[in-house]
Amino acid sequence: MHEYSIVMSLMEQCESLALQNNAKGIEQVELKIGILSGVEPVLLAQAFDTFKLDTVCHNAKLIMNIQPLVLECRDCEQQSQVDERTIICPICNSNNTLVIEGEDMMLMQLVLDT
Amino acid sequence: MCKDCGCSITHDHVDHQHIHGEHHHGQLHSNPQLNDKKTLAVIHKILDKNDVEAQHNRDHFKSHHVTAFNLMSSPGSGKTTLLEHLPQYLEQQYAVIEGDLETSRDADRLIAKGITAYQIQTGSACHLDAFMVHGALHHIDLNPIDICFVENVGNLVCPASYDVGTHKNIVLLSVPEGDDKIEKYPVMFRRADVVVITKSDLLPHFDFSIEQAKQQLDRLNPNVELLVVSVKDSDSMKTFAEWIVKNQEP
Repeated sequence: MHEYSIVMSLMEQCESLALQNNAKGIEQVELKIGILSGVEPVLLAQAFDTFKLDTVCHNAKLIMNIQPLVLECRDCEQQSQVDERTIICPICNSNNTLVIEGEDMMLMQLVLDT
Repeated sequence: MCKDCGCSITHDHVDHQHIHGEHHHGQLHSNPQLNDKKTLAVIHKILDKNDVEAQHNRDHFKSHHVTAFNLMSSPGSGKTTLLEHLPQYLEQQYAVIEGDLETSRDADRLIAKGITAYQIQTGSACHLDAFMVHGALHHIDLNPIDICFVENVGNLVCPASYDVGTHKNIVLLSVPEGDDKIEKYPVMFRRADVVVITKSDLLPHFDFSIEQAKQQLDRLNPNVELLVVSVKDSDSMKTFAEWIVKNQEP
């Protein structure tokens, strides 16, 4: 259940961004969650709804965009998107790939009430 | 421990105001239809603060010429046992930072073997983060040691998301747990620099297939090394010790 700690870090970021921009509140929080980031979106949403009440996000809607893996193959030099948790290139079957998306969890956008 | 921050032992989430990498504090875009709302593009790692603290820990290790290894696995796969037996095979001196929800049993076991160890009790937290490890480093003298092991909370899920400031990740998988765990916990095994199959003396009694484990790792983390180890087999322990030596920071 590390989703709770993750939400706490997220709330800290939201608080400081709201302050920097003189916002009264935050209406919407948009995240990008990679499928290999180690976060369970359902649990993250639950944690968000629990913790937001005492924060600047108390009225905020959470939008999570799930990011599949994006692989760059070093053998066939093609880029591909993979929904499974594997780094095998779906085009040439090589495992000599670079994961360029899908391992991070990012705060992408806030809608501020100013 | 910190020359620059002079912080105290507790792991209050102090914002050190270090030089942050590339922070995008974004630009404001006014929405003409709703002029009391502003959309702020940020693009910010959610665990950015932890990552900054982790780098701070890594710099601290580096300034003392210490290589740090993050040991992760489920509970009971033999992390502490491995560390108890390792001094026989390793010339280098090491200390251990232990993470558990409760008790200081693991640290006590290591101290009984003459190994420097400090226990972090996380309470209910299912993982160590960089701030907790920072706090523990205030209790460990890095000068006499070459290596620091961080024995994470036994858990194949949560610790994978947190950089604690070590240099390499060692992930253990014991034979009784089964070879399917690699596929079931992909994030953890993807983060590994070496996967150590422990309790290999039990292989004749379980359906654990090393070949199957290799195949799964090939799909997830093809460059990872795989070691098969039992503390009862000194040759395998030597191989593990050699891996540690080979992976010391220059």
